[in-house]
Amino acid sequence: MAEFILEMKKITKEFPGVKALDNVNLQVRPGEIHALVGENGAGKSTLMNVLSGTYPYGSYSGDIVYNGETCQFKTLHDSEEKGIVIIHQELALIPELSIGENMFLGNERKGAFGIDWDRTYHEAGEHMRQVGLKEEPTTLIKDIGTGKQQLVEIAKALSKNVKLLILDEPTSSLNEEDSKMLLDLLLGFKKEGMTSIIISHKLNEISYVADKITVLRDGSTIETIDNAEHNIDEARIIRGMVGRELSDRYPSREHNISDKIGLEVNGWTVHHPIYTEKKVVDNVSFNVHRGEIVGFSGLQGAGRTELAMSIFGRSYGTGISGKLKIDGQEKELKSVRSAIESGLAYVTEDRKGNGLILAESIAKNTTMARLEKVCSKGIINFDKENAVAEEYKGKLKTKTPSVQQAVGNLSGGNQQKVLLAKWMFADPEVLILDEPTRGIDVGAKYEIYCIMNDLVAQGKSVVMISSEMPELLGMCDRIYVMNEGKMVAEMPAADATQEKIMSAILMSDKK
Amino acid sequence: MNVKSFVKKYTMVIALVVVFIFFTVWTEQKLMLAQNMSNLLIQNAYVLVLACGMLMCILTGGNIDLSVGSTVCLIGAVAAQLLSKNNLDPIFVICFCLFISILIGMWQGFWIGYIHIPPFICTLAGMFLFRGIGRKILDSKTIAIQQVDGSKGKKFLDIFSSYIDVPGLDHSWTIQAEGRSVEVKLSAFIAGIIIAVALLAITVINRAKKAKKGYKQTSAISQFGKILVIDALILAYTWKLSLYKGIPVMAIWVLAIVLIYAFITSKTAFGRYFYAVGGNEKATKLSGINTNKVYFMAYTSMSLLAGLSGLLVAARVGSVNGDTGNSFEMDAIGSCFIGGASAYGGSGTVGGVMVGAILLGVINQGMSIKGLDNNWQYVVKGAVLLIAVIFDVVSNKKTGKAG
Repeated sequence: MAEFILEMKKITKEFPGVKALDNVNLQVRPGEIHALVGENGAGKSTLMNVLSGTYPYGSYSGDIVYNGETCQFKTLHDSEEKGIVIIHQELALIPELSIGENMFLGNERKGAFGIDWDRTYHEAGEHMRQVGLKEEPTTLIKDIGTGKQQLVEIAKALSKNVKLLILDEPTSSLNEEDSKMLLDLLLGFKKEGMTSIIISHKLNEISYVADKITVLRDGSTIETIDNAEHNIDEARIIRGMVGRELSDRYPSREHNISDKIGLEVNGWTVHHPIYTEKKVVDNVSFNVHRGEIVGFSGLQGAGRTELAMSIFGRSYGTGISGKLKIDGQEKELKSVRSAIESGLAYVTEDRKGNGLILAESIAKNTTMARLEKVCSKGIINFDKENAVAEEYKGKLKTKTPSVQQAVGNLSGGNQQKVLLAKWMFADPEVLILDEPTRGIDVGAKYEIYCIMNDLVAQGKSVVMISSEMPELLGMCDRIYVMNEGKMVAEMPAADATQEKIMSAILMSDKK
Repeated sequence: MNVKSFVKKYTMVIALVVVFIFFTVWTEQKLMLAQNMSNLLIQNAYVLVLACGMLMCILTGGNIDLSVGSTVCLIGAVAAQLLSKNNLDPIFVICFCLFISILIGMWQGFWIGYIHIPPFICTLAGMFLFRGIGRKILDSKTIAIQQVDGSKGKKFLDIFSSYIDVPGLDHSWTIQAEGRSVEVKLSAFIAGIIIAVALLAITVINRAKKAKKGYKQTSAISQFGKILVIDALILAYTWKLSLYKGIPVMAIWVLAIVLIYAFITSKTAFGRYFYAVGGNEKATKLSGINTNKVYFMAYTSMSLLAGLSGLLVAARVGSVNGDTGNSFEMDAIGSCFIGGASAYGGSGTVGGVMVGAILLGVINQGMSIKGLDNNWQYVVKGAVLLIAVIFDVVSNKKTGKAG
């Protein structure tokens, strides 16, 4: 057997006007877990798309040597035949079809007359056992959670006889528990001799799971770090990624918490929009002072997003009850518009789905929540709109050639900045940030944290919902913990630890 | 701007020029005759008006209104009935008809916007419903609008399908043109000159304003080049109009609608919401914009314009029957997509849609002059629509969701 199962040599890939990859080399040994890290736009996904044939042979220069032979993949199908399977960040499952149907989509188990369903579900069941899924293969995808959907994707890869598994941000939408399970699964596969490449922003996971870490920056390979002992610390990886020491991952700020309460919620209960008897948020009370960052921790499905959206002009749920005060005044926010006008802003966790219009320009997205501020008598003043967009581009250091650029062309971190700009322009007193740093790189995260500090320094109240506990501990003044729709703990960040938060969640489960 | 991006930006305009030259040559310049140029506008007035409304629907997410042709028939029927049988005042009839069309639009807009019935199904139902009611009103007959001088019907026709005639100015000059002696209706050409000069003046003033405030300018050559081309076209076209009866009143109606819709879509917050809904409805909703109302307004405005088209068509043809307005919706939808509106919503301009509508109109007109039968016209229209959309998708990839 060759020394390397995969060798990518001098890969160069250009898009009109941009060199996405510049002489990139990657060497993967059989049976190892190889991590690919780098800031957004460093070229990780592009490199994997070259490997999988999504960018066909001929559209790039350089060689791919796999199992000792030089390969020229023209389609995804070509690479899958050789056992290279890529699982993208956005899952490619069809919600209305069953697990079994999804698993063999495009690869159907055929019998004499059409599809052999018995074989389909039998084989699906076997692969599901390999990844530890206990569901029936006939269960619909829409009825299982994101974590399990990710496992279905892996089972699907197994059904394709995978030799080299590529995972692009597999844990970005998973909670800690599910993430751990997935990573342990990968370690299990490794013992059986499978090779994997994993792309991730979560550096703690990488140092836990990876044998080798290749760092990409601006389309070039910077270094490959040996992590056989699993002793590489995060600072070491970050240094490679950003090219400098990022000693402080959380910017410091002066704590000027005012006595005034910006947002106060009492006895808030929300019912599920379809199963109306189910309480998604159950009798929750909390408050945020002016100048304070308050964190919300909890597992996925704890009801944090639902709580935030139901407060934000009842944009989620039915049968909402409870009292809400902004700056001490009781408000009844029946629509998103009234919420915005009362000084509330909700920055969604799903920036592509719920936050931005990807095909529209930065300028148009920036003014969207408060278009009237650049209008007179309903007529848009384009010069004013562009000036506003330029102002926020400068304030938030958004990297873009022009504010006329379509938001879809920006990297994740810059999209997040445009989304923040949109809500800062709405000039709220209370901002609810839902997973504000999901899927963005370390450098951009730091900048987002700085923006949050600026906001509280101006006396605004910030609520931060996050699944990354270190981030909550690093940024917040106070942390609330939710589980299954209920508020289970409240603690000052100074006293909080990851263990305390987890135990609060686990204790409430036992009750 | 390099050649490639120029071609990309003005694809359909270039296509229109090519098609126009092709038909001019093929019809031995008969297409360019003053009468044909004048008719090009009058015969396609309904498409231009309907396409404006259809654009608003399509912007919200590729949604179309199938009931347009039936609404045209129903409103035409009501107008003809009230004018000819009930002998009512034409102004009252027009107001009443537009009121009814708004009600029709509110009916559809309510189900689509607030109850979330898929637009395709709701307007398909409307297509049957309104066609049926229209035929019932006509009692399955053809109702003609009286054309006797002094009758209510004649007054109605004057409002929509007469020609502007300025006494003293329009009958004083006769020249030899197009191989005959023609009385030049100077008012049309003078109007053309005024519009051309005004456009130029506005451009100059806007540039001066921008320069004063220090805003970024587009290059002077491209901007003035564009304006001069447009001015030349206006002058040429109004000269043709002045050689044949002068300015049709219908042109003023169409121009008014087009300008209003162009203004709404490009300059107002209200218009921006249509693009936002089509771009990302959930994000729009969470930005505090009432998306239900956007749908409601799209379909209400569509039916209002369908009603107006019903009046225009009734006036041009002079009668209404059960097949009036048949497949008009398809012309409007076709114009929008040929004119570059995205089939997924969120992009498209009134200007583009007008180019699309005129392109279809020129093809129709050219083929009619050559005497090709109707069936071939359908084949060509279908081919042009498909080619236009293929070209759009392949060259721009701007639909995004498909690519």
